[in-house]
Formats: sequence, C-alpha cells, structure tokens
Amino acid sequence: MCGIVGLLVKNSALRSRLGSLMVPMLVGMTERGPDSAGLAVYTTPVSERHHKLSLYSGESAVDWSDLLARIAAEFAHAHEIAVHGNHAVLTSAADPDQLVAWLGRNAVEVAVLSVGQSIDLYKDVGAPAAIAERYRFKSLHGSHLVGHTRMATESAVTPAHAHPFTAGRDFCLVHNGSLSNPHLVRKRLEPLGIEFETDNDTEAACRFFEWRLREGDDLKTAVRRGFSELDGFYTFLMGTDQELLIVRDAFACKPAVVAESDDYVAIASEFRSLAHLPHISHASLFEPKPEEIYSWRI
Amino acid sequence: MANLRPLQMLREFDLAEGNVRDLNLYLHKRAADEGVSQIAVRNPDGAHSIACGLNADLDVQIHGHVGYYVAGMNKHAAVTVHGNAGPGAAENMMSGRVHIRGFASTAAGASAHGGLLVIDGDASLRCGISLKGADIVVGGSVGSFSAFMAQAGRIVICGDAEDALGDSLYEAVIYVRGKVRSLGADARFEPMTDTDRAALKNLLAQSGLAHDPAEFKRVASAKSLYHWHADANQEY
Repeated sequence: MCGIVGLLVKNSALRSRLGSLMVPMLVGMTERGPDSAGLAVYTTPVSERHHKLSLYSGESAVDWSDLLARIAAEFAHAHEIAVHGNHAVLTSAADPDQLVAWLGRNAVEVAVLSVGQSIDLYKDVGAPAAIAERYRFKSLHGSHLVGHTRMATESAVTPAHAHPFTAGRDFCLVHNGSLSNPHLVRKRLEPLGIEFETDNDTEAACRFFEWRLREGDDLKTAVRRGFSELDGFYTFLMGTDQELLIVRDAFACKPAVVAESDDYVAIASEFRSLAHLPHISHASLFEPKPEEIYSWRI
Repeated sequence: MANLRPLQMLREFDLAEGNVRDLNLYLHKRAADEGVSQIAVRNPDGAHSIACGLNADLDVQIHGHVGYYVAGMNKHAAVTVHGNAGPGAAENMMSGRVHIRGFASTAAGASAHGGLLVIDGDASLRCGISLKGADIVVGGSVGSFSAFMAQAGRIVICGDAEDALGDSLYEAVIYVRGKVRSLGADARFEPMTDTDRAALKNLLAQSGLAHDPAEFKRVASAKSLYHWHADANQEY
C-alpha cells in the first residue's frame, strides 16, 4: 500500500490555503500509509542568485545557529536559516552543490532533503496526522504540493526511506507500488556518477527521471521512457517548480483519482481524501488511465 | 384503525455522523426486524465496504461516491450508488442488483456468482475478472483485461474495450458494441444467434438501456486452452 496526494491551486487566492486544504487529504490516507509521511511544497521561488536547502537532523540535536556560523565562515555569501525543531530551510547564495558537499563532510548529522529555488521538503516517520502537526503543514503556502503516506514493503522504515524522494533541483517523486528492477536501474545510473542515498526502489525511479531531465528530456518524455525502463507496479506523482504530473503503469493496480475544478487540481489514491475539498461536487472526477501522462502547470 | 404499522419504512443514515460498521450492522441484523426495506445513505465520501454482505431484500440508495468493495458479496438486496465506485464494486455478488450511476474503478463485479451489476459510466481495468455467473452491463467502456478468466455469466459492454478482452475465458460470454482494442488469448468473435439477441435484449432492458442488440458482437472462448497440449511448448 501507500497513499499519494497532490494539489495544485489554479486560483492564486488559494495559495495561502494550500496547507490547510491538503492536511485532511494527507490524513485521509493514513490507513494506506501509517508508518511515515512526507510532503514537498512549492513556494514562491527565491531570487535567481539563491537556492534553498531543506535540512533534517532526525534524532540528533543540532545547533542550527552554530551550523549557520560555520557555513558563513566557509562560504562568503549571504545565508539565512529558518528553523523548526529538527527541520530547517537554509537559503543561500553559495553554489548549492558545494554547499551539499560541505554539509556531507562537516555536518553528517544533517540530511539534505531537497535543493531548489521553490521546493521545501519534509519527511519523517510516524502517523501522517502527527507529522502534519509536527511540521505545521496547515500553515504552508504555495502553488502546488506532492505528499505521501507510506506503508513500507520494500525497505526499512526510516525518514530517509520515506517519500517524497528528490534529485537534482526542484524535482520530487512519490510512489505507490513496487518496482522489480530498481537494482538494474541503479547499476545503469551509478557508472554515470549518479549517487544513491538508500536501497529504496522509488529512489531508483526518481534518479532515473531526474537524469533524463538533465539529459534534455522534458518530464513527459522522461516518463514515457520509463515505460520501457522501469518494471513493476506504480502510480507516480511528480513535482517540478512548474508542474505536477501523474502516471500509472500499464496494469493500473495502484489507484488514483483526480478532481479538477476552475480553482484546483487535487489528486489522491482514493476519493475519501478529496471529499472535503471546496465545491468538490462540481469538480470533474476521473481515474488516470494506464500509461497515460497527465500534467498540470502552475 | 386496524393497521398500526408505521407508514415510514425508509431509514436514513448519514455517514458524516455515523460509521460504516454501524450502518452495515443495521443492514445485516436490524433492518428486517424493524420492517425497514428502504435505506438512504448520505455523505458516503469514499468510505470502504458500504453495504457489504447484505442478505435480505433491501433497497439501499447511496447518495455520493463510495470507496472499495461497495455491495461486496451482495445477496438479494438492490444497492444503488448515485456516484462513482472504487475498486471491487459488487465483488463476489451472489444475487440481487447493484447499480453504479457513475463510473466504477478496477475489478468491478470480480468473481460475482449471480445477480446483475449495472454501471452507467465506464468501468476500469479487470471488470468482471473471474466472473462466476453474474451478469454485468456497462453503459460506457471497459479497461484492459476485462472478463479475464471469466467462467460463467454475461458481460455487456455498450462502449469500447481496451486490451486483452476476455483473456483465458471459460464459459462466460461477452457482448460488445464498440471497438475492441485487442482480444485476449483464446477469446474470439463469434456470430450472434437468436438466443444471444434475446438474452441481450433482456439484459439491456433490465439496465434501462435502449441500444439495439444488432449493434453488438459476441466474444466467447475458442476453448483451445481447455486442454494442455504437450506440443505447444508452453506457448499459446
């Protein structure tokens, strides 16, 4: 199992309500995924010279202001950090790749969950309602989001194995299903210098698509390539700073329902996560067809 | 003054205030004792297993969209969903009638032994998988692998069918009006007989559909998979 949720608001007046509209969607998928949950939210982008990094310290106590001082000593750029418990969003004008590499060497207790100009990422173990509360999901603003509730089948229950997975900049993916050839995909990508953080099957799909994006494919072309490269069951929901995309494998074993109105596009594994949305009875409802790619731009 | 029985035989359940377990308990154990035969369900909001396992002549009207397994294992009852249904609608139905006014997700009518399942909209993949004797009438189109290994019963498709229709069919018969993207292994088109046309006319009438039976084609098993062939080298 696992539950997925996605929401893109077309009516910009709803951007300030993105989080509050989403929380019941995520909590509604608790039975499908009670052991971890995560969320990628796409906000107003930072300026062109800056990037944001979502950082997570798990059980470790991190002195974030000390970390910021150490970063400032190393990188002669402007930096800001917004801290909430074991989670922080670092905004910096430094080169993000160098920053990630430095964190990997000098702050091993800190995991980098995402890098980009729009994306903020949260994931943790526990019940979706508890995680939503812990990270104040209700107060989140933005144009679109990608969320997941996990019932682990293929790998361990840890924050790192929770979804969304990210790769590159502003790209994330969540998955309901299981892949049967993630190791082959990984064997193909690793010689290209692509590094993996976990043994999770979804990470292979995430890194495969992001690799294709870097090679010049648009997201739809990358996903179409996945039809022959990724073997297994999947409903994938993906986000970029501009786009929300859903696709199901040829057998469509893993459910998904889309509700589209003039104000929003809402996606969930099941209708019960959409039932509370405003004017849902006037939204157009459909199930994505197998191997058909559906995407919406902000 | 002799008849003191209440005239109101309708009972309404609001699932925004109650839960499915209480509703189903009422439908299983109490409705008949109270002389209630009509039950309206409000705010189903995609809940699972609504009106599952009924075993009495009840008329259940569900106003909204339902989740997995609505009216599963139904016996005798008539269950109408004024909305869409999630996976496994009327799965393993034994008798009675289930009517989905919207669309139905995957595996609608899976393994159903008897009764009639009517879906006004489209049905997703694997509609009527392993059908064991029920009738299914789909007003719209069906997804791939519909009627996979269907053993008995009839499936009427007023729209189109996706890939592998009727793969590994046994004795079930399919009537399809629109285009078939591909037939499954061992399924074949066969000529319509007068018996087929009469049966189809009856099923369409029961489902409130006005199509002409002459517009349908019959799909049934070529029965080449009924016996194992040593020479086939496992390729069929």
